[in-house]
Amino acid sequence: MIGLLTLAIVTPIIGSLLLLLIPNRDGSKDGLIRTLAFAVSMIAFAVTLVLWASFDASASAPAFQFVERSSWIPQFGIEYYLGIDGLSLMLLVLTGFLTPIALLSSWHSVDKKIKEFSIFMLLLEASMIGVFCALDIFLFYVFWDFVLIPMYFLIGIWGYDQRIYAAIKFILYTMAGSVLMLVAIIGLSWLHQSATGEYSFDLLKLYELTIPQGTQYWFFLAFTLAFIIKVPLFPFHTWLPDAHVQAPTPGSVILAGVMLKMGGYGLIRFAFPLFPEAALYFAPLLATLSVIAIVYGALVAMVQPDMKKLVAYSSVSHMGFVILGIAASNMQGIQGASYQMLAHGVSTGALFCIVGMLSDRRHTRLISEFGGLKTHMPRLTAVMLIITLSSIGLPGMNGFIGEFLIMLGAFKWDPRFVVVAALGVILSAVYMLWMFQRVFYGKVTNSHNKGLPDLSFREWAIVGPLAAAAIAMGVAPNVFLKPMEPAVQRIVDRVQSRQPLETAEAVIPYSARPKPKEPDRKPQAPSPKPRPASIEVAQ
Amino acid sequence: MMSSAFDAVIPMLCVTLAGLVVLLAEAFMRKDEKMPIAPLGLIGLAGAAVASVLLWDRNTESFGVVSGDNFGLFVNLVLVAVGALTIIFSTQTVERDGLPAGEYYAMVLFAIVGMMLMGQATDLLVIFLALETMSIAVYILTGIRRDMQQSTEAAFKYFLLGAFASSFFLYGIAFLYGTTGTTNIDEMSTRIAAQSMSGNPMILLGIGLLIVGFAFKIAAVPFHMWSPDAYEGAPAVITGFMSTGVKAAAIAAFVRVFLKGLDPMIADWAPILWWIAALTMIVGTVVGVAQTSLKRMLAYSSIAHGGYLLAGLVAGNEVGKAAILFYLAAYALTNLGAFGVIALIGNRERANDDLRDYAGLYHTHPALAALMAFFLLSLGGFPPTAGFIAKWYIFSAAIGSGYYGLAIIGVLSSVVSVFFYLRIVVMMYMTDRDARPVPAPISSLAMGGLVVAMLGVLYLGVLPTRLIEFAQQSISTIF
Repeated sequence: MIGLLTLAIVTPIIGSLLLLLIPNRDGSKDGLIRTLAFAVSMIAFAVTLVLWASFDASASAPAFQFVERSSWIPQFGIEYYLGIDGLSLMLLVLTGFLTPIALLSSWHSVDKKIKEFSIFMLLLEASMIGVFCALDIFLFYVFWDFVLIPMYFLIGIWGYDQRIYAAIKFILYTMAGSVLMLVAIIGLSWLHQSATGEYSFDLLKLYELTIPQGTQYWFFLAFTLAFIIKVPLFPFHTWLPDAHVQAPTPGSVILAGVMLKMGGYGLIRFAFPLFPEAALYFAPLLATLSVIAIVYGALVAMVQPDMKKLVAYSSVSHMGFVILGIAASNMQGIQGASYQMLAHGVSTGALFCIVGMLSDRRHTRLISEFGGLKTHMPRLTAVMLIITLSSIGLPGMNGFIGEFLIMLGAFKWDPRFVVVAALGVILSAVYMLWMFQRVFYGKVTNSHNKGLPDLSFREWAIVGPLAAAAIAMGVAPNVFLKPMEPAVQRIVDRVQSRQPLETAEAVIPYSARPKPKEPDRKPQAPSPKPRPASIEVAQ
Repeated sequence: MMSSAFDAVIPMLCVTLAGLVVLLAEAFMRKDEKMPIAPLGLIGLAGAAVASVLLWDRNTESFGVVSGDNFGLFVNLVLVAVGALTIIFSTQTVERDGLPAGEYYAMVLFAIVGMMLMGQATDLLVIFLALETMSIAVYILTGIRRDMQQSTEAAFKYFLLGAFASSFFLYGIAFLYGTTGTTNIDEMSTRIAAQSMSGNPMILLGIGLLIVGFAFKIAAVPFHMWSPDAYEGAPAVITGFMSTGVKAAAIAAFVRVFLKGLDPMIADWAPILWWIAALTMIVGTVVGVAQTSLKRMLAYSSIAHGGYLLAGLVAGNEVGKAAILFYLAAYALTNLGAFGVIALIGNRERANDDLRDYAGLYHTHPALAALMAFFLLSLGGFPPTAGFIAKWYIFSAAIGSGYYGLAIIGVLSSVVSVFFYLRIVVMMYMTDRDARPVPAPISSLAMGGLVVAMLGVLYLGVLPTRLIEFAQQSISTIF
């Protein structure tokens, strides 16, 4: 008997092993491999949909559902421990939804080593699903770190000219952040050991830990650094334009669509609830950085001559909203942040797909090379318009709900941030519409653009669902918000029940081993008092 | 099994015997006769492995100076794996490079005897004896390609510096003997504790000299200067052997002497080792970045790995001791695998160990490239490989003793090391030039050895529980 979550993780892995067995030195089996990889990713998507259908979204339901746990490294209390709440659920569905689309988008743009490409894509999917449903923090880190490997190869082998530089920058940058988180994770397990006598990496047990203030300060920083590099938040965003621009289209789709969300998810799931006092203490700093990111990303996007780079910087701006919502850490803020992550996944995924289609046709992504495409590709133009509007955050589209909720939440917390963030909303209209206008409207100025084919059937299959999702999420946001509500409520309660750190002393709970053979560490005072928002688990 | 005074040395006897048989077999062989000598060595190693397993948990002792405790036996098993893989990879290279098979395998086996003795010895003088047995064999192996100037030079350098370090080590023993009146490790521990010798300049001098000797053998900064040259000059398989076997043996003895014999003085020596560990990790990775020869690159990488091992030693807690053992096993499989690939890619005239030789390896030898990439990811500490679990284990030990600084230096230096491991991956996978053709087809035995190492690395990365359990058992009886 394996659970649904394990099934979701294992399906792509089995798929990639199957692909490994198909001999394809001469490329004769490319079609078969593409179809098989697509089929496997559709099965995984189906599994995530089943999860959604059978998820109990009522407030009385247990916090984490579909729980699976078995011992992995018992000596250190490490478990294979999976479970999802509404937040993870929606991100799982997003992952399941975007992977087949990314694979479809590769059918034209990726033309060498199809087998290896498909294997890496499926491994990537498996590890991303793992990230979103791991409740053991060690297991989480394993998935988190593993994600880098397939993405590194995807950028490095199938990317554009500067791919090697981009791939190495991507992996080193994100790894440098994550390893410090590893140190903090280990520190947490020791803290648990000294408090209770046994090691644990169980997230829910670690939630119950009373963490001294100085420790919270440093551990929060370590966790948050890992997550905001991934998001990425200004000033840690410099890897992103390189990685996005150099990655092949499917790589960009997954990178922007899902991987950036791992950062936001990490903040909501780990950094804020584990270290609430430190989180409240640092929230203004995060919010400040986020509004800088919003405005800076938008301004830089505006002047990009390259469409892909423009979309990449727009991600910096949009993900800035996510951080702002999280920093507000109230109901609207975090719900908005979660929603914005989903919305951004859909619309930016779609933008990268469309840019990919244009670059497949013309082998350039420079805005100045295009113009007047509407004459020859009315359908693609229509779809692009929908996506552009959704990315801007037009009411009735998916982008609006998230940004609106975030600004609502942030306004309740500190209106000053909203004043600046609202600038970003205006600027996003400027750079997106300006690009749209230059590329699609006007006269055809470049003769190469004459007679470009409109959307093919396969391309419809890519952008159709994305556009539909963008509209559906704007019209019926409650379908997506409802399952996340109890999860967000619990996290907000947890964080808001605390006071921010008063003084941030740089104290680490136990100092260097002074004398041998004497367990000199002071046991942490156990905290029997029940938390207002203690989280119980469905077994 | 009957118990006798020889029990604890049976594993070593097996390997010694195999070494002697190998020597004789070659001596009695006719000139044109082709006889497979390597399997003889493998049989001896298998015997040692069986003996080690049978002796498990029995805490035997021989002659009062060699202990058959689980700690030594664990190290023995790691060394058996190291030896077996070395011999398997050598079957291809010995013939290809025209090396004298009898001497070659005999020296490998005698070196292993020395290494095993280092792990099992409980007396400083016996450790010295073991150190010399191992070192002399390895000096010879380093220079075994007498037709290559570089090889001879490397061996000579290694020998001179090694002899120097050995004398430091011996001098240290003398000081310790002078102050404590014993060379027995257990006895030393009790005497130091009883007389509270902390701060005694003579004993500190002795400890310092011992640190120099050990640090030299594991190539810890600032005593690492010999290793890039020696590693580059030696045949690739031997480089792998040196970087894993010698390191494992030296670390095992280091742990036993310092965490057992000199444990009462930990407050005195831990700060010194803290600095050595930190410097070793930093220098190993940072200088590694600048290398273009794969052997040199991995030489610096193995210096850095020595630093991680030292971090476990500095931590000095239960977790650290077990972590060191786990790390040794994980690192041995990974690093030997990587050097195995390098060895298989070279040919008689040229070692093919320049970074550019790996350009497009993925196109010509997809399997070798995939294996190499896998080993490199493990060295870099990515999940789900043994390298990740090992690093986590070591840093967990350091953090458990409050050495956050050391852990942070460790993880950040491992990010730097990822940079140069990935340079190799970039060459293999992301450049389109074809690699130099490999002249000899790769034997299925050598390929099998690589696959076994790969599976071992994967197994330890995914299901490390069993080995962690063994490592914990290994330290429970002696410390």
